[in-house]
Amino acid sequence: MRTNEKIISAGVEPIERVTQEITYREAIVAALREEMRRDPKTLIMGEDIGESGGPFKTCHGLYEEFGAERVRDTPIAETGFVGAALGLALTGYRPIVEIMFADFLGVCFDQIANSIAKHRFMSGGRVKTPIVIRALGGAGLRFGAQHSQTAESWLLSVPGIKIICPSDPEQAYLMLKAAIRDDNPVLVLEHKALLSMKGPAPIGIDDVTMPSGPRVLRPGRHATIVASLAMVRKALAAAESLSAEGIEAEVIDIQVLRPLNVAPISDSVRRTNILVTVEEQAPTGGWSSDVVADVVSQAFDYLDAPPARITLPDHPLPYSPHLEDALIPSAERIAATVKSLL
Amino acid sequence: MTKPAPGTGSASNKAAAALSIEDRIGLYRTMTLIREFEEQVQRSYLEGLVHGTTHLCNGQEAVCAGVAKALREDDYVSYTYRGHGQCLARGMDLEAAFAELFGRETGVCGGIGGSMHLTDIDLGLIGAFGIVGAGLPVAVGAGLSAQLARRRQVSVCFFGDGAVNIGAFHEAMNMAQVWKLPVIFVCENNLYGEFSHILHTTPYEDLVIRASGYSMQSELVDGNDVLAVYDAAAPAVARARDGQGPTFIECKTYRHRGHSRTDPAKYRDSAEVEAWLKRDPISLYRADLRAAGLMSDVGAEDVAAEARSLVKAAADRAAAAPWPSQTQDFMATMFVQ
Repeated sequence: MRTNEKIISAGVEPIERVTQEITYREAIVAALREEMRRDPKTLIMGEDIGESGGPFKTCHGLYEEFGAERVRDTPIAETGFVGAALGLALTGYRPIVEIMFADFLGVCFDQIANSIAKHRFMSGGRVKTPIVIRALGGAGLRFGAQHSQTAESWLLSVPGIKIICPSDPEQAYLMLKAAIRDDNPVLVLEHKALLSMKGPAPIGIDDVTMPSGPRVLRPGRHATIVASLAMVRKALAAAESLSAEGIEAEVIDIQVLRPLNVAPISDSVRRTNILVTVEEQAPTGGWSSDVVADVVSQAFDYLDAPPARITLPDHPLPYSPHLEDALIPSAERIAATVKSLL
Repeated sequence: MTKPAPGTGSASNKAAAALSIEDRIGLYRTMTLIREFEEQVQRSYLEGLVHGTTHLCNGQEAVCAGVAKALREDDYVSYTYRGHGQCLARGMDLEAAFAELFGRETGVCGGIGGSMHLTDIDLGLIGAFGIVGAGLPVAVGAGLSAQLARRRQVSVCFFGDGAVNIGAFHEAMNMAQVWKLPVIFVCENNLYGEFSHILHTTPYEDLVIRASGYSMQSELVDGNDVLAVYDAAAPAVARARDGQGPTFIECKTYRHRGHSRTDPAKYRDSAEVEAWLKRDPISLYRADLRAAGLMSDVGAEDVAAEARSLVKAAADRAAAAPWPSQTQDFMATMFVQ
């Protein structure tokens, strides 16, 4: 095990920069490791993240490298350790916390919504609160109603916190690094069903910036599909199958929920004239409501059909695989929805 | 490790005995300044200068003054919406405090925080929390920061009796003890959580019992006796600096006024109020100083007159300060750009 002194003296120890195929999980670990090497004021706290490396192994190897002080196992007490992150941030540290299941954000909602999101503002902008809250959410693993939510909508209505949601290893890596360097609170919503997803990531890159909005993953001229997290892959699969039928769908990863920047989506719709959103959440109060409202405001005259929102039903998710699979939006459903609007 | 018995810490050290005459009179000055500040807040409220609501700490001055005396400049302090006293005891600028309460540009938070959120990071005043109990986990984080930085700082957290029944209290107490953090939990037990008597919400009046559930050192003190508060705080702070972990200090006290501006506190028995008014912390301490030959009644009146004059002048200047700009960059206030 390395001591803190060694880490500090290692400083920004050169890491071989190379684009390599890694998993979403490895991308998270790499981002954490590199940023913790880069800044000795960073530390991570969470449940079973120390020697165990995290229930989803998203902190694998960090305890061995940085030690128990900077990779800190906490009691099962989200209000306690998320609140402690604010105290650390106010006094010069850059805490990262892992929320084992995004569903548990409900436990510490007050600390996030009333304390972390407002403390700098209430001080008149005189304090800094660099805090990263990583939360692993999402359905498809048969975890039932209390361990399957993406929690994308929960903090959408709370100003004072940035919200990002990476959909592939590259963005998991780049956006988490940018979030850790950000001087503001950032909620990083990760998806459990993506942890084993492989993809290229520019490991070792030092020049990272927080994205200002959505990114186009696949260009197209007949329809715009906007999706988040695990729904992005479904949207890409739908676009692939539509392409075989001569329909070119543009696929956009929303990726930054707060501040929400709908302008690039409106630009896309001005070219495609069709909008479909795909969200792994109940239909009420999610980001797609805002996207549709803003696109209608910004590009009303360009729409050839009413925008369509594909979401989970307005009830909690059931456990049975037979039921869960039927309720999570599928590539087939997305493709069929696009075709119904053309 | 022996399990500490409730309220049997080391206050018997009588740290106050070592205080200089200047320090003792300084404590009187601090309490008097807080009292005069709160009285002026009351007057300013009636004049329409203070808006919304405000929570006065008249009657509880000995707690903030006594604890503050035990601290260093680089220590961290967190508190609640009833936090004017803690801020003044740490030396917050009077005019900046009034201007904040008046919602003016020159307020310590630019008029954006208000009475419930006076904050001044340069004084270690890391935050006033408007949600009951919410400050405790944050104080634990500041304590963890102090432990990691190895600068022998402490984190002091003030809260009321109402806070001991919310989950954040439990999580914070447990974390502070399990990590042996330099945190001093100061419970200002004024017997009422908002409008409810403590026995309507809690099975007992002596909250110091709670500390034993966490194997935490604890003290039960007369919160209206400033030297008793200091006697409890000073050894607790010394232990925390030495890496010996947190302490829970329960200070029995009483607020002279209602919970907030709109509360006439009619739920309190008049005999109870009278009894506590007779135990006013400033009067009690004045009598102590007089008996010790350290301050005459005339000297005490001079201190009060000076405080009144400082407070009045600061309030007048704050009242003349401009409103904050309506076209300021609020996004830059919310986020570091």
